[in-house]
Amino acid sequence: MGTVLFELALTFYFAATIISIVDIFKGGKESSRLMTFITGAGFAIHSISIIYRYAAAGQLPITSMHEASSFFAWCIVLIFFFLEYKYKIGIMGSFIMPIVFIFMLSSSVFPRGIRPLTPVLQSYWLPVHTFLAFLGNAAFAVACGIGTMYLLQEHYLKSKHLGDLFKRLPSLQVLDEINYRLITIGFPLLTLAIITGALWAESAWGSYWRWDPKEVWSLITWFIYALVLHVRLTAGWRGKRAAILSIIGFLAILFTFFGVNLLLKSLHAFK
Amino acid sequence: MKILIIGLNHKTANVETRERLAFNGPKLEEGVFGLKKIPEVKEVAVLSTCNRVELYTCVSNTASAAENIKNFLSGFHNIARSDFEKSLYIHTDTDAIRHILRVGSSLDSMVVGEPQILGQLKDAFDFALSKKTTGVLLNKLMKKAISTAKRVRTETRIAENAVSISFAAVELAKKIFTDLSGKSFMLLGAGEMAELAARHLVNNGVTDVKVANRTYERGCELAKEFNGKAVKFEEFLNELIHTDIVICSTGAPTYVLLKDHMQKVMKERKHKPVFIIDISVPRNIDPEINKIENVYLYDVDDLQDVVDTNILERKKEAEKAEDIIDEEVEKFIKWMSSLDSVPTIVALRQKAENIKNEELEKFKNKFPDIDAEKMKALEYMATAIINKLIHPPTVALKEDTEDRDELIAMIKKLYGINGDENEE
Repeated sequence: MGTVLFELALTFYFAATIISIVDIFKGGKESSRLMTFITGAGFAIHSISIIYRYAAAGQLPITSMHEASSFFAWCIVLIFFFLEYKYKIGIMGSFIMPIVFIFMLSSSVFPRGIRPLTPVLQSYWLPVHTFLAFLGNAAFAVACGIGTMYLLQEHYLKSKHLGDLFKRLPSLQVLDEINYRLITIGFPLLTLAIITGALWAESAWGSYWRWDPKEVWSLITWFIYALVLHVRLTAGWRGKRAAILSIIGFLAILFTFFGVNLLLKSLHAFK
Repeated sequence: MKILIIGLNHKTANVETRERLAFNGPKLEEGVFGLKKIPEVKEVAVLSTCNRVELYTCVSNTASAAENIKNFLSGFHNIARSDFEKSLYIHTDTDAIRHILRVGSSLDSMVVGEPQILGQLKDAFDFALSKKTTGVLLNKLMKKAISTAKRVRTETRIAENAVSISFAAVELAKKIFTDLSGKSFMLLGAGEMAELAARHLVNNGVTDVKVANRTYERGCELAKEFNGKAVKFEEFLNELIHTDIVICSTGAPTYVLLKDHMQKVMKERKHKPVFIIDISVPRNIDPEINKIENVYLYDVDDLQDVVDTNILERKKEAEKAEDIIDEEVEKFIKWMSSLDSVPTIVALRQKAENIKNEELEKFKNKFPDIDAEKMKALEYMATAIINKLIHPPTVALKEDTEDRDELIAMIKKLYGINGDENEE
């Protein structure tokens, strides 16, 4: 049952992603609406599948690569819908659904069994720490999509190539504003995630900070976004530069997520 | 009843002729009532704008009605028929329906896709409606024109893009700043086109207006007009720090704003985006400025390019719109023909039923002892006979043939059906 729901959600996201990519080249209000609708259906099914798995495992399902990728995708869609509700930018999905789909796809290739958690990690810190980390990083993921939109729109305005996509993309000001908001939401979440992580580490492993690769890369990510906010407020690094930085920041997150878990030895790795 | 449209527009008549035939102010009411008095004219509405004068009528006979309407126009406007006759176009039936739908959807306008015409058409019909000079047919046609125009607007993008330079500037500004309200704006120099663009910006919510002109007094005048303030020309660089949108048209022979200046300005304003429109020829702003981050510089050619592509796009969209018009015309014709034949079919059947019932009644009175079963059989036979008799004419009426109007008239005559009683 859980597998069926997951596959179903994956299929819906896949369909939405295909539509969203077609939408970039040849689309309009209708296809954007259809994409949002299909994503909504996928999101509902996805939510049920996560609840189902929560019930089966007895803990927040983020203890394997399969679960973590899927949950991360869920967080991104959650933020996407929040933004769509607030700003109503149909074309936005075209820049976010591909990210969602990549995480769902990666989730689908990892083993799906529910593995019991080592007793050391069984703590109320688990849901708090991970949820904060995932939500924060999901905000950064969406900021990356929005940053891409900004760069594209900026390019169109500068080169005076004012085609169909230019008309459907929102204004630079709106994109910059959303980007900034996402980072101001993501940054405190990431900060809290690191702090709660340190507290949890102290109670589980006996020390706050162990220079574990995941910790190091999270810290690097944290510094990147701290820099994004700092230069914005002091030197006026807005617009294009902020957009580029938010894309770089997300690349660091991708490495923290996939690279550290798969390539480096880490206490955080799902083993 | 036939639809007849007589009119002239910017394509067929020069402005002088249009002026002379216009139904302005009190002339509109007089004109509508005057036209209604023509014996052939059953329904009438008059549209009179600066680009067109059109008379929408329903008439009993198109040829003689057209003659009489022309004579009326000549008398009413005090103009010889030969002076305006060659500028007139006359549409009847399908052409007339198509014409009014195209007018309402702004496909016949000087600037294709401009939105005013639909409102003007609505006003024209609302006026006629209030004077009770229209009837079923024109009212339905008007509703069709409105719904078709709405369909064209939602299903095509005919009215979406700016087709004038000043609108293009506003549209671009909205792609940089979203909302123009609260944005500051500086007019550098005071050309005519710059003024027009400035007015559009102000209409779109720009509040903080500054005018920097070489002659300070002229600057003051302009500033007053926009509720803004005048700035000494030498100080415009300082003002630029607090300006989001600039329109430049100084008439200077060289660049008045160089890249170095702008770089300093951008640093001062913490790289907040600036939209600069240089509509002066020769250009007054170093084009290199466009390379500075968060500065968006458009010159008059760039804006013209935007307008040209938009016009091209509108033409493409207009083709789609024509398909929609075709569909809607067809629907309307179907409705019209059903209006004609259905009452006749109903009347024909009613007539036959009446004859049958009458004869059966007579028969019953003559033979009161007849048993019920036989009577039933007799009724059945009578019904079969009338059904078979009226079947061919009913089929003929339902067919879409060109001479159906004549056919209807003929059937009414042959069967002694009084048309007027059975109309709606």
